[in-house]
Amino acid sequence: MARKTVEYTVSRNPEAGMDFRPTQGWDAAVDLPEPDFGSEHMLINIGPQHPATHGVLRLLCELEGETVVKVTPHIGYLHTGFEKLGEYRTWNQIVTLTDRIDYLAPLIYNCAYVMAVEKLMGIEVTERCKVVRVILMELDRIFSHLLWLGTTAIDVGAFTPFLYAFQERERIYTLHESLTGARITTSATRIGGMMADLPEGWAEAVREFCNTFPNTLEEIHQLLTTNAIHLGRTQDVGVISAEDAVNCGFTGPNLRATGVEYDLRKDAPYYDYETYDFEVPVGQHGDCYDRYLVRMEEMSQSVRILHQALDRLPDGPIDVEDPRITLPSKTDCMNDMESMIHHFKLITDGIPAPAEDCYFAVEGSKGELGMYVVGDGGPKPVRWRIRPPSFVNLSVIAKLAEGHMLSDLIMINASLDIVLGEIDR
Amino acid sequence: MEALIARFGDAVQRTEITSAGQDVVYVNPARNTEVLGWLKDDSDHRYDLLVDVTAVDYGGGRPIEVVYQLWSIPHKRALRVKCELPLDALEVASVVSLWQTADWLEREVFDLFGVTFTGHPDLRRILMPDDYEEGHPLRKDFPLRGRFSRAEQTRRALTQDPKHDYMPQDFDVGGPPAVPDQVEPPSGSESA
Repeated sequence: MARKTVEYTVSRNPEAGMDFRPTQGWDAAVDLPEPDFGSEHMLINIGPQHPATHGVLRLLCELEGETVVKVTPHIGYLHTGFEKLGEYRTWNQIVTLTDRIDYLAPLIYNCAYVMAVEKLMGIEVTERCKVVRVILMELDRIFSHLLWLGTTAIDVGAFTPFLYAFQERERIYTLHESLTGARITTSATRIGGMMADLPEGWAEAVREFCNTFPNTLEEIHQLLTTNAIHLGRTQDVGVISAEDAVNCGFTGPNLRATGVEYDLRKDAPYYDYETYDFEVPVGQHGDCYDRYLVRMEEMSQSVRILHQALDRLPDGPIDVEDPRITLPSKTDCMNDMESMIHHFKLITDGIPAPAEDCYFAVEGSKGELGMYVVGDGGPKPVRWRIRPPSFVNLSVIAKLAEGHMLSDLIMINASLDIVLGEIDR
Repeated sequence: MEALIARFGDAVQRTEITSAGQDVVYVNPARNTEVLGWLKDDSDHRYDLLVDVTAVDYGGGRPIEVVYQLWSIPHKRALRVKCELPLDALEVASVVSLWQTADWLEREVFDLFGVTFTGHPDLRRILMPDDYEEGHPLRKDFPLRGRFSRAEQTRRALTQDPKHDYMPQDFDVGGPPAVPDQVEPPSGSESA
């Protein structure tokens, strides 16, 4: 595997010169015997409505002074019952539910879902469709990482990167809108293809984004990567070892920050990812700063993939040419009776899936995004299960935050990159 | 899979390969920790990442399947292990001692399907409120709109004691008001 270890630009070793952590005066203050106030543990409730929890997450913290003794996350405030709803909808109708789950990277969810169903039904999509979906997924990886970057920077007091990141996000919103007509609820995919082919000039607009976005990324690097406050807030905070991270089920950038090279685009390639030239960044320490560096590098790598995908974007049909799956064109529907009936039957009856189960996972922006679909021979699923990366990543927060300061808890929570829509489903 | 059958004999009930080429093993629920522990630690398998724990209710009185989705990082292989639980004995041993991941995932299965994981350190509802009394939403016999009428759901929401929700059960310093006992979700009575 092409491995790229993200290196600290600033040494952690005080002997080496650059160390931004408190100087000796601080150490002396820390060494003073702590007065015994005879205090009890304090119970602090953060959330569910709190900007630093990045959603409707509630953290119940037991504090001793300012040190976190115990964190109990409470979730479920955004529980929508997507999986139950899915059992009452045909396979194609579920696509609209998927982008509501992770509204920070809706296209990855659209794609992951239909890819799982296509695998269950044994459908091979067209070459053009594959490349288009790769473009959409990499674009939304940047989209999701940018939101994480902006909000995390705000949590440690840096406001400017937030504005820079959201300016770039706005451009991706515009791309979403010109592709699908919606900015967040994209619902761009259909089983066997896409809702529509790319509009004219869209690929060029993505290319334009890829050409200019690295400049902004570089500016954010300059603002944060060697920023003393940012280093002090993130280095050696929320450390987890590689072994523990695997045992706790970490995936995605959180796992790679601990040094484990686990990336489904390399380990279980789909859509010809093995033919794209890109590297998988891994960290060394497994702390918040490594998670930051890994995500920053992933954005650059996504730009690389986007360039290659745009280069090879083939012509040809985007939907599979199978009348059992693909709707007839609207022109045909309006002009001959058979196509109209065909259209009607496909919409009302749905597409049947075999009575089998299938698990398919893609490398989402937050970790391994799995879809487990079970069919019964009919047009509706028996079970549609989302393997939520944020849900599993968040379950580790109690372990990561114990012994840290309350302010570090905010940083740790931010560094995990969670989205509550997906955690609560 | 052959190794599994050779090692555990009749604990492995049957195996199959789906048409998408995925390996599935049906394991006797009474011996799930034994089999999963071996799959995790044996050097030829090393399924060190527990990707997912979920359940499937097929309805019509068929057993509920608990599904473990495993991945081996060193060998880059996936395996799906299933345990079939009859509706009158929805109980299986917890695998939290093997994988920490299972903590929340098993709580979710307990919450939404009513499967009890014996030996789980903290088996509470996770997505639904602690005092949710309508049963387990992802069961096939659970109606999409819920068991209670909309009026009853509103009445219950309005009469909730917010204190109950805001006090952790094991918070024993400072003397907060006594926490009401956790409401046990009704089990057994609703099996199809």
